[in-house]
Parts: sequence; structure tokens; C-alpha cells
Amino acid sequence: MGDFFELQTITKSFGKFKAVNNSTITIKKGEVFSLLGPSGCGKTTLLRIAAGFEQPDEGRVILDGRDITALPPNERQINTVFQNYALFPHMSVWDNIAFGLKVAKHSKTYIRQEVERMLDMIDLEEHAYKKPSLISGGQKQRVAIARALINKPQLLLLDEPLGALDLKLRQRMLLELDRIHDEVGISFLYVTHDQGEAMSLSDRIAVMNQGRIEQIGTPVEIYEAPKSSFVAAFIGDTNFLESGKVIEQFPDGYCNLKLDGFPDVICYNDNNHAVGEPVVISVRPEKLRVSFEEPPARQYHNKVKGKVEDIIYFGSETKYFVRVEDYRLSVFQQNIHFLLEENQIKWNDEVWISWHGNDSYMLQRYKPEDERLLAVPDPEYNPPTNHSQ
Amino acid sequence: MKRSSVPAWVTVFVIIFFYIPTLMLVIQSFNSAKYGGAWQGFTFDWYRKLMHEREVWRAVENSLCVAAYSTFGATVLGTLGAWMLNRYKSKLQGGHYVLMYAPLMVPEILMGISLLMFFVNIGIPLGLPTIILAHITFCISYVCFTVMGRLQDFDDSLIHAAQDLGAKWPTIIWKILLPLLGPGILAGALLAFTLSIDDFVITFFTSGPGSTTLPVYIYSAIKKGSLATINALSVLMMTVTFSIVLISNYFINPKKS
Amino acid sequence: MNRNANSQTKRRPPEWWLTLPSFGWMTLFFLVPSALIFLIAFRPALPNGGIDDGWSLAAVKSLFDPSYPLVIWRTIWLSFLCTALCLGIGVPVAYYIARLRPNKRRWVLLLIILPFWSNFLIRILAWQTLLHSEGPVKQLLEFLRIMDPQTTLLYNVWVVLTVLVYTELPFAILPIYAAAEKFDFGLLDAARDLGATQFRAFWTVFLPGIKRGLLTALLVVLIPAFGTYAITDLVGGTQAEMIGNVIARRVLSDKNYPQASALSAALCLVILTPMLIALFTQRQNQRKQDKNGGAAK
Repeated sequence: MGDFFELQTITKSFGKFKAVNNSTITIKKGEVFSLLGPSGCGKTTLLRIAAGFEQPDEGRVILDGRDITALPPNERQINTVFQNYALFPHMSVWDNIAFGLKVAKHSKTYIRQEVERMLDMIDLEEHAYKKPSLISGGQKQRVAIARALINKPQLLLLDEPLGALDLKLRQRMLLELDRIHDEVGISFLYVTHDQGEAMSLSDRIAVMNQGRIEQIGTPVEIYEAPKSSFVAAFIGDTNFLESGKVIEQFPDGYCNLKLDGFPDVICYNDNNHAVGEPVVISVRPEKLRVSFEEPPARQYHNKVKGKVEDIIYFGSETKYFVRVEDYRLSVFQQNIHFLLEENQIKWNDEVWISWHGNDSYMLQRYKPEDERLLAVPDPEYNPPTNHSQ
Repeated sequence: MKRSSVPAWVTVFVIIFFYIPTLMLVIQSFNSAKYGGAWQGFTFDWYRKLMHEREVWRAVENSLCVAAYSTFGATVLGTLGAWMLNRYKSKLQGGHYVLMYAPLMVPEILMGISLLMFFVNIGIPLGLPTIILAHITFCISYVCFTVMGRLQDFDDSLIHAAQDLGAKWPTIIWKILLPLLGPGILAGALLAFTLSIDDFVITFFTSGPGSTTLPVYIYSAIKKGSLATINALSVLMMTVTFSIVLISNYFINPKKS
Repeated sequence: MNRNANSQTKRRPPEWWLTLPSFGWMTLFFLVPSALIFLIAFRPALPNGGIDDGWSLAAVKSLFDPSYPLVIWRTIWLSFLCTALCLGIGVPVAYYIARLRPNKRRWVLLLIILPFWSNFLIRILAWQTLLHSEGPVKQLLEFLRIMDPQTTLLYNVWVVLTVLVYTELPFAILPIYAAAEKFDFGLLDAARDLGATQFRAFWTVFLPGIKRGLLTALLVVLIPAFGTYAITDLVGGTQAEMIGNVIARRVLSDKNYPQASALSAALCLVILTPMLIALFTQRQNQRKQDKNGGAAK
């Protein structure tokens, strides 16, 4: 399947603020594509451009080979599931779902048949005649999805659809969304700031930051081979070893690095950083192993000695904070044999930390302004909507 | 923790303060003493007399006519103004806002005098039309801010959702905006109606011969000292307004809570 | 071409067209007449009433007529005293209602607003009936030998003040109540918990919490009070005249429009200047906040 929906070189400013800067994404038919980024990164603006609520300053919107940049939202075969559902409060569930078909002046029998099909799909038949204020958040969510799907759009846009739900419900709705996607088989463009949602649902993800797309790839690519320090930090947890410098390049791709305040390490040089170039090393906590005994020396393995400063027990795993010279590394260890372990790691224990050189990666030094964005995004925060301009 | 009883006592005192004069009015309207003095026996005379006062009914007619026209004008203009103020944040709307807000900050007498000067200067004869123009002017602001209060609670994404589902503006207005904003617009219209029917000062200065409204009639009757029939008229008017308020309160509120 | 086609840029022209009706109306029937007052103040008056051609400072100079300062002073102190009384009574009442249970709250609120759905003149008439020389209050006071039969209760400044408070009080209670209803009364408990007395908690936590409501109440009472006309005319008599009465007399009996305009213009300036300054600074502050908010994105 080729590219089906395209946002080509989109730029959009609100006054002096550049919300989206020269961004291109292409979505394949039937694909779930996520736009992931912190609040204010421009993902919602990009979605609104796709829906037709905003006009891009530059760039084109293509659906199925047709340029729809100038089409108003009501003439696009694209429907949206809105952030706070936007269910019409004065209409019943049934009327909300039927709205699109009624506007399109379909016959009464067709409307009834389709609405019932939708109600069956979202399993809300017994609430069909209730007003939206009388049903739960998860149910509202399902109504919003059914309402958007009934017009048989070629692309469904979902704007932080699970943002208003609590954690348990969010996990259930994720499965539900996955099921609905399998059932209707159309492309989804999913906007979220929650990496967990994006990772579990998407075929591909575009990570956005400050109006630009940082990286597009499958969840595995994004997680295991981030292209920038922003992506590395935003997706999952990671340890950054800053102020690194390549001192020796081996022919098989690995290189030796010198660091300030940390022992020298070996790392696979993905992006061909030259000798002498300053880099940042990123290594994810679950890639690190912690042990009392010194691990045997193996090729391309790093091992460093440190002291345990803090331990957080999560049940399925334990997080250790280990001081190694100037750095405090976080290490995830699965609690496979937790109770069998005779010699449990405790505070102030001297331990070894080891990892394979291929499990860490080298990145360009990130910009100081990225630092602010590395903070955990606030789920309560609703990004400002600039449409009233 | 024991709460101070001062607020409760003040409230009781205020309610007594509010009702004693009104109560007095009701009693006096049944008092056969002509100048509202000491009690001289119960009578319906004043009410009977009132029924035969032609002028009163002319005044009622005028008041209703003025109120109907000005409610319509002010509701249309005020709602449109509120919509624009809420939707756009341009410099134009800044000026628009000040224009809408300023009349609320000006004492009625100033508005009455300035409109009087205006009508006299451009040579419009004073009468019902000038009263209506004046009423629309001061009612617009009230309608505008009442409707705007509701508009701020209105979720714009509903419009987007409707557009997204294929609706065009006529459908959106008919199916989404009117049902949802209707109560707000109605509240604004009701406010305009009461303000118009109640207004004395502005009406007084912009009215001409033959355009006596009910408040203007009451004023001249008080001035003349024919209090007894006016007491009866007041009680009748209060009965009408109080029942409207009580009924609408009964119908409007249960939904809210 | 479909008008909705290009949302942002092409929606601009309708803004002008759709703003025009209300904007134009207010300009024609509010702004122009208000400006006219300032113009007519500089016109000469005709001896038999009306406005003469040409320009003159006579009307403006008449503002310094020796009889005016007394009336102006009375207008100012009566208005401010009335406002202070309304706020002073309004705050405890609003507090009391806001702490009631919602279903009870609704009825007490209705009880307070109800009399004010009756006509404004009827309310003044009610006071006139009440305080009439043969009315119950006077009779009672005479019976108790507190008052001699010659003095009247009506036609003095205190009656004007009472009726002013009577007519304006609900308009003070409503905005204060609206603010008090949103107030988190848990804060008062917190203040008490931290050692504040009941009074201190009320003064340092509750009052600042309902600041906006108080400000609205202040404006809503003070402005009409400045323009009082009917109350003084009906129950005040000549000893209790306020500026409104003087303006009305110039218009109605002398038809000296320039003098009436000069007085109105002066009153207008006195009220509008502080108001516009307040509005302007508020908007400016808001704009600053918006800007700061925008930068933090």
C-alpha cells in the first residue's frame, strides 16, 4: 500500500509564534499513525490542519491523491474525535451518532440501520436514548468515535481521545480502539502526549517538538534508536552521559569514548560521529545490569563500579539509583528471582553495572531549550487553541 | 465550630426592610381613606375606579408596545454583538466592547438627557419612536452581556464537530446554536423586556405628548397626589410581575439543580 | 465560492459586517449623543429656551454658580454613604445566603430579589405611603410622643438616603453573592485552624476572596446614585436636591439646554474618567499577562 494521506511541508504561524514548521508526514492506508509530543509542540495544530479547521500558511494536504488543502471540514472525507468528545449536550446518544447522516440527508431507514450498527459496535444499545451528560466518560468516548465513524471517513483523526479518562479506563479504551480499528480498517491519525498510548497503538509514530518533526518511525525504532536526545528523553526513561568525546574508532563500528566524570565507555557509533566530536551517550535503565560480582570481561561490554544511593521497589521490577563518579544512573531490574535472592542489594552497597556497547547510543548534544521540554508533560494541561483569531 | 449569628440577623432585618413598604402599599390600596392616612375601613373602590381610568390602559398599551419593539431590537443587536465580541479578539472588538460596556457605566439621567439633546438637535419629534430608540440603546448592553455570559460556557468544539460531520452554517445555527444558546438569548430578552417596561428616567426625557408609558403615568399621578388609585394600580402590577417571576423561577430552576 | 472555504483569512471580512449593526447603533445612539452634550455645553442659550447659533462659554461658566457646590457636595456624600451602607449590609447577607444549603439558598435569594421586580416608582411610592404625615410610622411616633405633629418624616436628606439604600441594596447583594457562592469556605476553616479569630478570618480571607464581587457592587450602586433623580424628586423636596434634579430643572422648566449640557458633561466626566482609566489599565495588565503566558509556551 502506498501513501494515502499526506501533509506536505506544512508551516503554520499564529502571529509571531510558529506552531508548525515545515513538517511532512505521510500515512498509509489502514495505518495507525501517531503524532507524539509535549503540549504546545504543534501536534494539535497539525491535526486541525488535517481536519480543515486551520489553513496552513504553506504546504499541501493530500487525501487519496487529491489536493484538499482548500476544502472546508464539512467537505472532507475525514472525521475527528475531539479532545473533550464535543458531544452535542442537547441530543441523545442516538441523535449524536445520527447527526452526520441526517446532515447528509440520508433516508430514515438507512440512518436507523447505520446508527444501530454503530451502537452495536460500541456496545451502547441500552444507552441510546440518554443524553451525554448521563453516561460515563468511557461511554462518551465510544459515542464520539461512533459519531465520527458513521460518515465512513477515509481517515479518522483522534485528538488526545483518552486524555480525560483515568488510567484503568484508558487501558481498556486502548484495547477498544485497537478492536475498532481492526473492524473498520481505515487509517487513524492519533494525537497524544502519552508515549504509552502511542507505543501500544501505533504502526508508526512521529515525534514532534517545537513545531518540528524530530523523528518518524515504528515504536521499536523510536524507542531503540532515537535520532535525537529529545526523542530519547521524551520516549521512556534514559540515562544521559554528557560531555563525551570519540577518542578511537574501531573498524567494526564500535568506538571508544572519553567522558568527564565517568569512566571511559565503548559504544556502537550509529551515526558515524567523527573522532573528537562531542556527543551525548544515552543508555536506557533496563539495558543496565546491576550485580555484586564483577561481570567477566567480554568484548564491547562496559562495566563500571558504583554505590547504591536509592532503591524503589515497584513489585514487578525494582529501580536502583547508583552513583558512578559524577553521575547518578537509574537501573531497572526485573524481579525474577526476588525472594530467592539471598544477598539482596541494599543502600550504600558497592555494585557493578554493566551493559553492551550496542545497547547505548550516541547522540548530538541537545540544545539548552530542549531541557525544559524533557520534563514530564502535564496531563491536566490543555494546549491553547488559537482558532479564535 | 460555632458560626457568628450576625449575618443571619442582618439578613432577617434586610428582608423585613424590603417587605414593610410593599406590605404597606397593599394595605393602603384597600383603605377607604382617600389620602392613605389612618385605616378607615376596607374597600375595593380604588380597584373599581382604576378599571375605568382610560389613561391607565392607554399607558399600559404604550408600555407594552415600547417593550415589545425594544426587546426585539435589543435582542437581535445584543446577541449579534455578544457573538462577535466572544468570537474575535481584534482591535475592532476592543472598541466594540467599550461601546457596549460604557452605557452600563453612565447614570440613566445622563443617557436620557443626551438622547433628548440628540433628538431635539436632529429634529425628530419626541414620541413612542424616540422612546423605542432610547430603550433599544440601553437594553443592547444588558442583552449583550447576558448572552456573552452563556457564550463563554459554550464549547466551540461543538461547532467544529458539526462542521466535521458535514454540517453547513444554516444547519449549525438551527441544530446546534439555537437549542444550546436559546435559553441564554431568552434570558437576555426577558431582561430587556423588564428593563424596558420598568424604565422611568430615560423614558421621561425622551417621551412626548401622547406617549405616556406606565411608569411616566405613575410618576405624574404621584406628583398630582392621587395616590389611592395608584396604590391599587401598583398592587395589580406587582401581582402580575411577582406571579411571572415565581412561575418562571419554578420552571427554570429545577433543571439547573 | 463557498464562504467557509478558507477558514482563517477569508473569514475576516464578515467580522466587519457582522460587528457593524451593534457597533453602528451604539455609535449613533450612545457615542454621538454623549459627544453632543459636550458640544452643546459651549453654545449660547436662547432666552425663551433652546439653543442659539454661535459659541459661548456662558453655560460652562455657570457651573461655578454659588448654589452648585452645595448640591454637588450633597450628591457626592449621599452617593458614597449609600454605597458604603449597601456594601456593609450586602456582605453579611451574601455570606449568609452563600452558606445556606442550595435548595434553601434559592428561596432566600428569591425572597430578596422579589420586591425589586416591581416598578422602581412603586417602591418610592411605598415609602411615601409609609412615611406619609398620616401614615403608620408617623402616627406611631406621634403616639409615643417621640415626634411632634408639626415635623414631617418626608422631604429631607435622610429619607433620600433610606430610599436610595432600599432601591440599590439588591443590586449590591447580587454581585457580592455571586462572588461568595464561588468562594471556597474551606479557606475560612483553614484560617481558623491556623489561629485566626472568626472576625480576622472573615476580614483577611473572605473579603479579599470576594474582591471582584465587591468592586462590581461598588460600581453598580455608586453610578446610579450619582445620577439620582426620581427619588429626590418624589421624597426629597428642595432641601435634598442632587445634581440630577438641577439638570432636569434646566431641561424641563427653563429649557436651558446649554446649561443642562454643561452640568451633564461635568457629571459624565466625573464618572467616566476614573472608569476609563480602570478599564484601560485592566486591559493593559491582561495583555501583559497574555504576552507572558504566550512566551512561556
